[in-house]
Amino acid sequence: MTPLNLTTIDFSWLAILPLIALSVGAIVVMLAGTRVDDEDSAALGFIVLVALLAAFLLTMFELGQNTAAFRGSLAVDDYAVFFEVIIIIATALTVAMSLEYAADAGLAGAEYYALVAFAALGMLLMAAAGDLIIIFLGLETMSIAVYALAGFIRRDAKSNEAAIKYFLLGAFSTGFLLYGIALLYGATGSVRLTAIHASIAARTAVNPLLLLGLGMLLIGFGFKVAAVPFHMWTPDAYEGAPTPITAFMAVAVKLAAFAGFLRIFFTSLDPLATEWSPVLWALAVLSMTAGNVIALVQSNIKRMLAYSAIAHAGYALVGMAAANGREAGGAVLYYLLAYAFTSLGAFGVVVALDRGAESHAQIDDYRGLARDHPGLAAAMAVCLLSLTGVPPLAGFVAKFYVFAAALNAGFTGLVIIAVLNSVVSAYYYVGVIVAMYMREGGVAVESMSRRPGLLISIAVGVAGVIALGIYPQPYMGAAVNAFASALGRPALHAVSMLP
Amino acid sequence: MDTIVSAWFPIAVTIVVSALIVGGMVTVNRLLGPRSARNKVKGEAFECGNPPSGSAWNRFSIRFYLTALLFLIFDVEIVFLYPWAVELRELGMVGFVEALIFIAVLVVGLVYAWQRGALDFE
Repeated sequence: MTPLNLTTIDFSWLAILPLIALSVGAIVVMLAGTRVDDEDSAALGFIVLVALLAAFLLTMFELGQNTAAFRGSLAVDDYAVFFEVIIIIATALTVAMSLEYAADAGLAGAEYYALVAFAALGMLLMAAAGDLIIIFLGLETMSIAVYALAGFIRRDAKSNEAAIKYFLLGAFSTGFLLYGIALLYGATGSVRLTAIHASIAARTAVNPLLLLGLGMLLIGFGFKVAAVPFHMWTPDAYEGAPTPITAFMAVAVKLAAFAGFLRIFFTSLDPLATEWSPVLWALAVLSMTAGNVIALVQSNIKRMLAYSAIAHAGYALVGMAAANGREAGGAVLYYLLAYAFTSLGAFGVVVALDRGAESHAQIDDYRGLARDHPGLAAAMAVCLLSLTGVPPLAGFVAKFYVFAAALNAGFTGLVIIAVLNSVVSAYYYVGVIVAMYMREGGVAVESMSRRPGLLISIAVGVAGVIALGIYPQPYMGAAVNAFASALGRPALHAVSMLP
Repeated sequence: MDTIVSAWFPIAVTIVVSALIVGGMVTVNRLLGPRSARNKVKGEAFECGNPPSGSAWNRFSIRFYLTALLFLIFDVEIVFLYPWAVELRELGMVGFVEALIFIAVLVVGLVYAWQRGALDFE
């Protein structure tokens, strides 16, 4: 047997340099942080930002490559770059939001920023996976870091509750996911996504093991993207976690989960679309309806945004259920991009009101915000209107593309349900806007000039919402291109010693 | 299908028979055993003749948990190094460097635990 060398394992620096940059940053933060006081933890946040910048620049070299590395385990294509870029931006904005929050709340800086960086590392792996095992590895790295981050405020009972609920349900659903991966391997003989696709396309009868594995994969991913009926952890986890981590969970975790979800289902399980499309139809309807209806009665803004996140996962699943190729896929990617910026802006404003010690997260605390802080109120209004789907903001364009793709695939009933849900959601989104502009008696907000990182996060979120809404063509083009690159990867070289 | 059933059939028999034996023993004991009255004095905690004092719920030091957790992590690291050591000749320089990086990352974890005081004895 020839000794292992770099060519037989198909080693590629291009594929792993972003990951190495981020992990080196995380390790430096972990070691340096033990020497740093909790009040000065913002310096550690800057180290993570530098590492994220390095990862971003290194990821740019992967554009246009459309190949695979490590014998198909890592994908080096535009799809991976698309998701890696959004994840890096979301992580950077989370860190920016946390710079003052963590120092004020007395959160241990070394562990906090290191965990955020490691979670981002797991997400980058999920985005660039070509292999079910790599997706699982990325999922676990991300999830375990976020379980710890959700419970980071150790003295707060709600934070502990959030971590326990998220961890128990997450570990259980990861078990389902892993069992599904095992069944898929048993049915097709490989874990590589392209090999699974070839194996399924070549057979005429559908193996029952395959269907069972598919079902379990749906359960595992349904949990991670917070689709009903796998959503029970979402409101409590979002409410109890430190607010920048809630933003992290709502944006980056969901995006990474969708990255893996979309890649598996559209690349390898595509021939079985007639089997899983109706299931996604049902999941979409349940998520939209339950998310919007339960959000109507929420008085805590973090819980309201959690149920809204469930509903938005439902709208994205509408696009997935349509499953008619690159238009629907591009629409879902664009939807996730628009949702990412909108959520970051909205949660940024929530962080502005939510001090570490006394958490002001009731909707009643937002009353009269427009009088003292018109900028914050306007930012929140723009983000909420985008979530509702009001033109010319990003949310409207995203919903338009997704619903158009679903109509083209013939899912008229689904689109009617989705539009009705959007109308229902207007009540609770506009309710917050009414409280900010037309009521009195909310909580006083500390001056934003002391919190430049938070200001930058909110500004980037709002700018993204407006830019994506007014001129969506280049971004939609990038999304469609990214999705197409995931579908049409060139065949890997024939010599391969692994299954 | 027949070969699968015939291979696993003895195991199914074993499970059923052992369940019957254990269940039978417990049932016979419950039916034929002596009835013991619930006596307050017999139910007290045994402290070598002294009357029981204090609460039974004591706080344990967190060091036990930390030591066990660190042991688990480094034990799994060693478990991963055993097959690497067996196959090292075939793995060549690439395998050697990979394992060095693996060990280096775990040493970083050790240094972090050391700095945070997890290795201090109580």
